[in-house]
Amino acid sequence: MPIEPIAESRPQHPFNGEPADCKSHLFIDVNRLSLHYGEKPAFQDVSMSIKKGCITALVGPSGCGKTSFLTCLNRLTDLIAGCRVSGRITLDSLDVLAPQADVIRLRRRIGMIFQKPNPFPLSIRRNLEFPLREHGLRDRQQIAQRVETALRDVGLWDEVKDRLGSPALTLSGGQQQRLCIARALALSPEMLLMDEPCSALDPLSSGVVEDLIVNLRGRYTILIVTHNLAQARRIADYAAVFWVQNGAGRLIETGTARQVFDEPRDPLTAAYISGMRG
Amino acid sequence: MGEDRVETLNRTQNPREWLATVLVWGAATLVTAIFSWLLGDILWHGLSHISWAFLTAPPENAGRRGGIGPILVSTALILGVCLAVSLPIGIGTAILLAEFTSAQSLFGRVTRRSLDVLAGVPSIVVGLFGNAFFCKALGLGFSILSGGLTLACMVLPILIRSTEEGFRAVPVSYRLSAASLGLSRTTTLLHLLLPAAVPSLLVGLVLGIGRAIAETAALIFTSGYVDRMPESLLDSGRALSIHIFDLSMNVSGGDANAYASSLVLVVLLLAINGTASWLANYGLHRKIVTI
Ligand SMILES: Nc1ncnc2c1ncn2[C@@H]1O[C@H](COP(=O)(O)OP(=O)(O)OP(=O)(O)O)[C@@H](O)[C@H]1O
Ligand SMILES: [Mg+2]
Repeated sequence: MPIEPIAESRPQHPFNGEPADCKSHLFIDVNRLSLHYGEKPAFQDVSMSIKKGCITALVGPSGCGKTSFLTCLNRLTDLIAGCRVSGRITLDSLDVLAPQADVIRLRRRIGMIFQKPNPFPLSIRRNLEFPLREHGLRDRQQIAQRVETALRDVGLWDEVKDRLGSPALTLSGGQQQRLCIARALALSPEMLLMDEPCSALDPLSSGVVEDLIVNLRGRYTILIVTHNLAQARRIADYAAVFWVQNGAGRLIETGTARQVFDEPRDPLTAAYISGMRG
Repeated sequence: MGEDRVETLNRTQNPREWLATVLVWGAATLVTAIFSWLLGDILWHGLSHISWAFLTAPPENAGRRGGIGPILVSTALILGVCLAVSLPIGIGTAILLAEFTSAQSLFGRVTRRSLDVLAGVPSIVVGLFGNAFFCKALGLGFSILSGGLTLACMVLPILIRSTEEGFRAVPVSYRLSAASLGLSRTTTLLHLLLPAAVPSLLVGLVLGIGRAIAETAALIFTSGYVDRMPESLLDSGRALSIHIFDLSMNVSGGDANAYASSLVLVVLLLAINGTASWLANYGLHRKIVTI
């Protein structure tokens, strides 16, 4: 599968100011989605929509199925034995869960950042080059260009440009996480799934990554899981609250971030949010 | 509280700690001493006979005089056949077991258990099997091919299990992050999992080769005794270990050459071991990290 030129799949100019299309275009529509590990339900009956170019925050207590929900969107669930997904996910007009859907292509459109930074045990440069090559980009100059752009996007270029050949695992945790974000960005996806991307980082690196995410608004659709409610409130346009009810996770509230954090309708959300205030 | 800590920190004052220390060090010293003694003995008796001529000349007078040239060639050929067969099958099976069958599935459990049992089968039994199957049933006769294939049967279980563990030890996060980048299963396997499993593969290989190169019982029945220079893989060929066995048990006056041959064997083993650990620590590691 040939890789599209970088300029076509992504707006050329870096975002500045509110994106015009946030709050209007639908990117992903999730309809009555449930996920079971064996017989045990992780979450049930989740319906929500994700708007293009916006940051949507997913919050809720531990074990309510947030990570599981993310892995449905890029079909990482295929890798987990005994995992069953039912319901419907529509991306543009693509039926994500259809057996014949092209998962490789899907995963190129939707990048994922994990809680623990997980660069490959390769050099910094190879970490970015390797996926590009595998997706059919051969031109050396183009590859180098993309690597540099991605590293600049995450503010890592100046820190690593003199040591691109050294092992990625010698970077600090915060740098590794930004490298992972760059690795995902290099493939010019349309969306990023971020699973608590700051939780393994110190406050300073966490702040750097948070600023980075804000800078990506508009150019990418972002779905971010976070336990840091203050952070969610700072950066998110939309918010969704998951909760465990009857042994399975459920979506109890969605709305704009302002609405969910300032005027929650559900008493559970209100109690959860008040933890942030109190 | 405070005093407790002082006491546990000060190990030598606790008689049980002291005893454990002595035992551990004693055992380690004993093992090292036995190995040094063995090596010293072989070096002492064998070193003076080692020469270029000894390594290349054919044996004379049933091995009492002459060298071990054809025997080294036969050994290398047997080992070559063994590796050429066991490496691809071994890596393939390990990949199948680790990547394409779950740890709990019936197929996986049965295969793993069988391999563990096979790994423990006495080599004389493997030799008899090789004789019945490769020499007689397949009609390969007493030949280097039969010997190499029989050794492959012995090496495979070790190789497979060790390589499989290597694959399983690769963190799940590699697989997930690779998949999330849209990398195919084959790519992930070839470029990420295989390199990560190479150290375990090498460990299995060293253990396997160590077993194969030192093997006597399994080869007596399969590759035979003939100490001429082999002309093809279907010729019988005498392995180094069999040569040592023959010289020390059946040939009076063969001790000196037996010692020298043992020295060659030990040096070969150490060299293989050293190369493998060097590869695992530096060579491959560096290659994987910076390419
Ligand atoms: N691979 C798996 N196999 C079986 N059960 C799983 C698996 N992964 C998660 N679960 C279960 O599914 C439920 C939801 O897990 P999930 O990781 O999605 O929660 P989470 O909201 O991300 O939690 P956290 O905030 O702690 O990360 C949990 O009860 C968990 O034990
Ligand atoms: Mg989680």
